[in-house]
Amino acid sequence: MHSHDDDDHSHLTDIEARVRALESLLGEKGYINSTAVDEIVQTYEKKIGPQNGAHVVAKAWTDKQFNDWLRKDATAAIHSLGYTSRQGEHMEAVFNSPDTHHLVVCTLCSCYPWSVLGLPPTWYKSPPYRSKAVIDPRGVLADFGVHLPEHTSIEVHDSTAEIRYLVIPERPANTDDLDEKALSQLVTRNSMIGTAILAPAEKTK
Amino acid sequence: MNGGADLGGMMGFGPVIEEPDEPNFHAQWEERVLGITVALGACGQWNIDQSRFARESLPPAIYLSSSYYEIWYRGIVKLLKQNHMISDKELATAQASLPRVDECNALLPENVEATLMAGSPANRKSDQPAAFDVGQQVRTINIHPETHTRLPRYARDKTGIISKVHGVHVLPDTSAVGQGEQATWLYKVSFDAQTLWGDTRVNEQVNNKATNKDKVHLDLWQPYLKADTTL
Repeated sequence: MHSHDDDDHSHLTDIEARVRALESLLGEKGYINSTAVDEIVQTYEKKIGPQNGAHVVAKAWTDKQFNDWLRKDATAAIHSLGYTSRQGEHMEAVFNSPDTHHLVVCTLCSCYPWSVLGLPPTWYKSPPYRSKAVIDPRGVLADFGVHLPEHTSIEVHDSTAEIRYLVIPERPANTDDLDEKALSQLVTRNSMIGTAILAPAEKTK
Repeated sequence: MNGGADLGGMMGFGPVIEEPDEPNFHAQWEERVLGITVALGACGQWNIDQSRFARESLPPAIYLSSSYYEIWYRGIVKLLKQNHMISDKELATAQASLPRVDECNALLPENVEATLMAGSPANRKSDQPAAFDVGQQVRTINIHPETHTRLPRYARDKTGIISKVHGVHVLPDTSAVGQGEQATWLYKVSFDAQTLWGDTRVNEQVNNKATNKDKVHLDLWQPYLKADTTL
C-alpha cells in the first residue's frame, strides 16, 4: 500500500517540477505572465461554470420566446445572456423529449461548451467515455445509472467541429410553481451533457 | 491521423466512472497547465488545430496512459519547440539561452477577461454556395491521412443525411499543417447507428425496435463529403 502511494507521489512530483520549470522559463522569456495565468484559472474556478448553462435551461423552460430563439439560433440566444466566452463561440441547443434523448461527446479530443458548463470533468475527457458513447450510448447511460424507456431513441452528438452542444433536459415533474431562479438550482451539469435525467421535484405540501 | 486520440468505437477501457464532487483541478500543476495553455494560445504562434494535432500525434501508448493535463503539457512543449520558442536545453536547465521570438508578447492580466470573453470564432465569410442541402444523402470519403483530420475513423466511407448547414468554417485539415484556413461549408451529418456499427452490434444492445432509430451526428466539412444517390 505504501509503495503504491509513493509511486503516485513521485509521479506527481516529477510533473509538478517540470511544469514549474516550464512556467518559470516562459515567464523569463516574456511569453507568459503568471498573474494572467492566475486570472485564467480563477475565471474557471469562480466565474464560468455549469451555473451558466443552468440559467440557459431554466430560461428555456419558462420563457417561450427564449425557447424558440434557442432552437433557431442558440449562439445568439446564449450570447444574449452574456455567455460569450471561448469554447462557446458557436452553440447549438438540443432538446430532450419523451421520444428522444441527446448525448454529447467528443471522440477525438475533449471539445466541451466551456462558456456554459465550465471545464469538462475527467470522465468526459477519458477513453472509456469517448470510445463508448458513439458505439454503446445505452451502455454509457447505464454506467451513470440512467435507463431510458424502450420507446426513447438516442441521438449522440460527436463534437467534431467548433460547434458546441448544450442538452436542454426535460423539465422535471412537480415544478410548475417554481420560478426561473429556483428551477436553475435543479439543473445538473450531467443533465446538460446528457448523462443524467432530472428527477421529479419533491411535492410541496 | 489514425492516432491514439481517435477513440470512437474502441473497446476494452471499462465502464465510465465518475468521481463524485470532482474539483476542476486535482493538483496545482494542472491549474498551471490549463492557464499556460490558454495564455500561450492568445500569443498567436499557433491555432487551435495545430494545438489539437500536437496532442493527438503523441505516440498512442503515451496518449492513452497520460492524464489529460499531462497530454496538454506535452502538447505545449512540442509546440513551443516547433516554434523555436524554447529548447530541450532550456527545459533541462530552466535557463533561457535561445533568442526570444519577438512576435509572442505575454497576455497581460488586464487583457485576460476580454480575451476569454471574445473567444476565437471559426466561421468566415464566403460567397461560394453550399454544395449540399438539408435532407440530401451524402457519403463520407475514405481517407487515412498522417496529418490532422476531424473525420473520425468510425465515420469514414459511410452514408448519412445532411441535417443542418452550419455555415462556412475554417478547415482543420489545412489549418493544422500551415496550409491556411481554406474555410468551407460545414454541415451536421446524421448517421443511423446501424450504418456505423452494423445490425448485430446495435440489436445486441437492446431487444427493442427503438435502437433502430438511434443516431450519431457529426459536424463535417464539405471536402469530407460526396453526394450519394444510391437508395
